[in-house]
Amino acid sequence: MREKLIEFRNVSFRYGEEEPWVLKDVSFDIYKNEWVAIIGHNGSGKSTIAKLMNGLLFPQEGEIYINGQVVNQDTIWDIRKEVGMVFQNPDNQFVGTTVQDDVAFGMENRGIPRDEMIRRIDESLTAVGMQDYRLTEPHRLSGGQKQRVAIASVLAISPQVLILDEATAMLDPKGRLEIMSTVSNVQDRNELSLITITHDLREVVQAERVIVMNEGVIWDEAKPREIFAKKDRLREIGLDVPFIATLADELNKSGLRISNEPLNHEELLEDLWTLHSKM
Amino acid sequence: MDITFKNVDYIYQENSPFAHKAIENLSFHIPSGSFVAVIGHTGSGKSTLIQHLNGLIRPSNGEVHIGDFRLTNDDKPKNMKELRSRVGVVFQYPEHQLFEETVAKDIAFGPENFGVYKRDIEKRIKEIIPAVGLSEELLERSPFELSGGQMRRVAIAGVLAIKPEILVLDEPTAGLDPRGQKEIMEMFYDLHQKENLTTVLVTHSMEDAVKYADHVIILNKGTKYMEGKPEEVLTQQEALNKVQLDVPEMIEFLYAFEKRFGLPIPFKRQSVKQLADEIQHAMKEAGSHE
Ligand SMILES: Nc1ncnc2c1ncn2[C@@H]1O[C@H](COP(=O)(O)OP(=O)(O)OP(=O)(O)O)[C@@H](O)[C@H]1O
Ligand SMILES: Nc1ncnc2c1ncn2[C@@H]1O[C@H](COP(=O)(O)OP(=O)(O)OP(=O)(O)O)[C@@H](O)[C@H]1O
Ligand SMILES: [Mg+2]
Ligand SMILES: [Mg+2]
Repeated sequence: MREKLIEFRNVSFRYGEEEPWVLKDVSFDIYKNEWVAIIGHNGSGKSTIAKLMNGLLFPQEGEIYINGQVVNQDTIWDIRKEVGMVFQNPDNQFVGTTVQDDVAFGMENRGIPRDEMIRRIDESLTAVGMQDYRLTEPHRLSGGQKQRVAIASVLAISPQVLILDEATAMLDPKGRLEIMSTVSNVQDRNELSLITITHDLREVVQAERVIVMNEGVIWDEAKPREIFAKKDRLREIGLDVPFIATLADELNKSGLRISNEPLNHEELLEDLWTLHSKM
Repeated sequence: MDITFKNVDYIYQENSPFAHKAIENLSFHIPSGSFVAVIGHTGSGKSTLIQHLNGLIRPSNGEVHIGDFRLTNDDKPKNMKELRSRVGVVFQYPEHQLFEETVAKDIAFGPENFGVYKRDIEKRIKEIIPAVGLSEELLERSPFELSGGQMRRVAIAGVLAIKPEILVLDEPTAGLDPRGQKEIMEMFYDLHQKENLTTVLVTHSMEDAVKYADHVIILNKGTKYMEGKPEEVLTQQEALNKVQLDVPEMIEFLYAFEKRFGLPIPFKRQSVKQLADEIQHAMKEAGSHE
């Protein structure tokens, strides 16, 4: 049995009594050592879910459990120690006057010894390629550099739950791949739960499970391959499928029978190769 | 309006121990009416470059010309306000350009500041709101009580509302959902053609660069690394890999396909459907020859 780390039980949320509900009866579980991607149109409630997970907001209805503990005013301080989050705009989370202070900040709050802190600052900044900027003021970084530092800060605290809210949106595709492979290595090594909120379809493919939000409700929840098989229905709710899935679809229409719902280049080339050898 | 950079350096915190040269000896010319994509890895100087275009910063050395406006280190145009009314910039992070109490006031701020009549502003807002995919219900909301993608759309609306001649876009689709990314790029492209704008797009999407731009400039560590037509520059995998970039995904696939099957299929900005037909055709041909 896999260990449940996060549980949403019939959660509904709105930003004010006069405001419309932005989450409606949302329930899901996230397990230890699992990578879940949350996707959905703009305004579908993804960031709201993230903020509920670390107690920045509280639901009006339903309960949220992190590691068996219900999230409320009394438990948030404990819970935040275990939940690391990178916000959509990194400016909203910089607190240090230099990059290295910023990475140190979260560790200081968690009482990590000095020697260990120095080691982790070094390790996490190197992991995101920002080791040369440790004395720079965060607001003097480029857009993508800010995102790299924000990710380093959260890696350094080594939380049990890591939430990345469009944390790589400003990176070039190569940088995005590198950072995500760093993050996924850390996830494996520390057996943490990784939750990525993203519009990048190539990133979604790498997750084990996908939760699709639509207008505040869970529209679907399945493995990437099952999700991306619903091509037209995804497009109807403002989403899309990766280039390779679109190409496979068009190849099918043109008479080449691609049967395995390929999601990356290697898989599609492999399918074509099988066809080729039968021609 | 055309844009010219002549041997431009830009140094942050010049004359301090923290001095950092973000742009070095950069020269290029963008004729009026072009659609230019500026590409480069993290920290290569893209946002620094575009901040020159509305005079937010001035070159440390060298000269920048925007139409008749000239910017140098010791000389700025007297009519800076006019420059800003003709060059609209959508910044990388939308929060940096939102500040009013309501979405409606935020969008109206630019045109009001440049003396557009209230009635006309209202008309513009009515047109722009659906074009950027926002609903009218949000107009009275604070721009800070929106989702990331909604904020992005408000920031874009605010810039379109001034009806600029030069449209400068710093990763305008970051944070938009897939449909939004497509629709907003199509909307920019339509506007570019209809209004005969000069458009400068900073992007990490090689797909958008190849689809919409007629010219690309690749930056590396603050200097110009390559420049030319997108189909010529963005197909050079080896050269791009050297500066941390890659070709568009379709081209990446075509190269891998050729390697595997020995069947070259040239890239000519074809649609996915067209590409599928070409693959089918090439494989059939090859099969019948064996
Ligand atoms: N502080 C706030 N006050 C009032 N309403 C808000 C606030 N923040 C978000 N909303 C609204 O709640 C809804 C859900 O927003 P949320 O930020 O969760 O969306 P999202 O799925 O993260 O979207 P995006 O992809 O654009 O980031 C939206 O309709 C938004 O306008
Ligand atoms: N305000 C500032 N003060 C000092 N240095 C800065 C400042 N802003 C940017 N820099 C530095 O200048 C260089 C170029 O930054 P710029 O923001 O132009 O990069 P960019 O190409 O837009 O990158 P990204 O794709 O990450 O947004 C970077 O090394 C950055 O650290
Ligand atoms: Mg969000
Ligand atoms: Mg930038």
